[in-house]
Amino acid sequence: MSAAAAPPQSQSGRIWSRFRRHRLALAGGFVVALLLASALFAPLLAPQDPTLLDTALRFRPPFADWHFPLGTDELGRDTLSRLLWGGRVSLTVGLVAMITTVMTGALIGITAGFIGGFVDTLLMRFVDTMLCFPQVFLLLVVAAFVPPTLLSISLIIGLTSWMEVSRIVRAEILNLKEQDFVAAARALGASRTRIMFRELLPNAAAPILVAATLKVASAVLMESYISYLGYGVQPPLASWGNMLTNAQGYFDTVPWLAILPGVAITLTVMGFNFLGDGLRDALDPRLRMDP
Amino acid sequence: MVEPLLRVTGLEVHFPIRSALLRRRTGTVRAVDGVTLEVARGETLAIVGESGCGKTTTGKSILRLIEPTGGSIRFDGEEITHHSARQLSPFRRRMQIVFQDPYASLNPRMSVGGILAAPFEIHRIGDAKDRADRVAELLRTVGLPPEAARRYPHEFSGGQRQRIGIARALALRPELVIGDEPVSALDVSIQAQIINLMKRLQAELGLAYIMISHNLAVVSHVADRVAVMYLGRVVETAPREALFFEARHPYTQALLSAVPEPVPGRRRARHVPQGDVPSPSRPPSGCHFHPRCPHAMPRCAEEAPASRIIAPGHAVACHLVTP
Repeated sequence: MSAAAAPPQSQSGRIWSRFRRHRLALAGGFVVALLLASALFAPLLAPQDPTLLDTALRFRPPFADWHFPLGTDELGRDTLSRLLWGGRVSLTVGLVAMITTVMTGALIGITAGFIGGFVDTLLMRFVDTMLCFPQVFLLLVVAAFVPPTLLSISLIIGLTSWMEVSRIVRAEILNLKEQDFVAAARALGASRTRIMFRELLPNAAAPILVAATLKVASAVLMESYISYLGYGVQPPLASWGNMLTNAQGYFDTVPWLAILPGVAITLTVMGFNFLGDGLRDALDPRLRMDP
Repeated sequence: MVEPLLRVTGLEVHFPIRSALLRRRTGTVRAVDGVTLEVARGETLAIVGESGCGKTTTGKSILRLIEPTGGSIRFDGEEITHHSARQLSPFRRRMQIVFQDPYASLNPRMSVGGILAAPFEIHRIGDAKDRADRVAELLRTVGLPPEAARRYPHEFSGGQRQRIGIARALALRPELVIGDEPVSALDVSIQAQIINLMKRLQAELGLAYIMISHNLAVVSHVADRVAVMYLGRVVETAPREALFFEARHPYTQALLSAVPEPVPGRRRARHVPQGDVPSPSRPPSGCHFHPRCPHAMPRCAEEAPASRIIAPGHAVACHLVTP
């Protein structure tokens, strides 16, 4: 890791300078920051109430009227306001699902990797089993039985996507636990819990952080899937996924209703993915940077 | 007779070799195969041997970092071979280890202060304020400034890191410290500093050391007694002078003849053993050294020689040697 030659600057300084050279990652970080800010300040930024109906003003095109900068939908609701509020919902689901994913994945990965033996075999075969089913299928089966609320949707997404994280963490722990600093902790009489969470977990932080970033992107996408299929966020609450659902009936006549939330989803997913890739390159000095 | 601080009798560490698919046991690596040692309070026992002879495994299994598969470890008269983690806890304070690789032995994500406070946290000694004082005291003991506590291991050189490793080992005021090749990863110019630091600490704190090393120059500098290991067994144990001037086992003689002479032209007769060290998964029959021994007799291939005491503190396991 940070071994060998004396570093000319601090570790965080080196990581930042490597990250800065990654243009797409910087752009991704910028987009993500922008999206998070717009979601956070949606109540201030939205020009209208996102649920205010006005059937007299249906299907206004974008950029035609400064009261409705991005037009109105089939019920005359302001699209920009719905995008902003929907972004709040989608990103909340993305972040909560990511936290669930990372916590579950890290816990299972560290347990399997550190304890090893029978526990490892059992947990990893469980991971294999979970991976046998397409995630959308798992999501829909569970979503059909659980009443859809923001929290339940987030948890369902989180609990069906932790498997990769657990594999990453396990691999990292298998590597780390043979190192002498772990033997030193054992020689001092440290408990298993202390070794797992104080000695090992902080050393696996880099891959976990990368996985977490990428997981936000996939959770936003998953939320759109299940909302689009009608099992997710329920109207009148806006989410990018259910905006797509509403738009599909009018796709031939008013395509912007589908295009706008589609662009929002694409931007979010790409932003988080580029950010994650950049973090991976910056945090792992073994990977060479492309010029 | 005074009970020694540490008495290891017939210690065995056998690792199973398992087949890839069915995990069936297909063989055994006899890393440590019946090692008997004693360490008195305040003395230094050196364990020497080639790489792969089991000296590091011996050290780690004495601390139960590797579980022994046989034999007995008695510390200060108490049998600890089968102690549970809880029963072992008081002994963890009394026996510590300094590792070979100063880069792998310090947690890169923990500040030096955190690393040195860990022993006190684990054994619930003192409060945060008290621990900070103890950390500063430890750093001073090993010759580092108290500000070092706020920095991270990668900011230090190999020699400084080894000082931190020594400070950690000393935190709980142990009676026995096992040095697992504590200087062999360091620059030669730094080795002497660390050796001298360890000797000074031994004198000040009355420590007993087990120094595991393949470097006979280091051994001649620090050891009171020396145990020579070959393929998991101790072949000769002797006080330092006796070992260097009256070695009796052919393997010890070969090791000593391989030490470079600092004076050119003053070469001793060298009898370097032929061939490679056999694998500990299939050790030779009888005396493990017989295929490479210049004096091997038919008996050596059939019967493992028992260790015989030939002088006070000098024991040899060789059929050639008769008391």
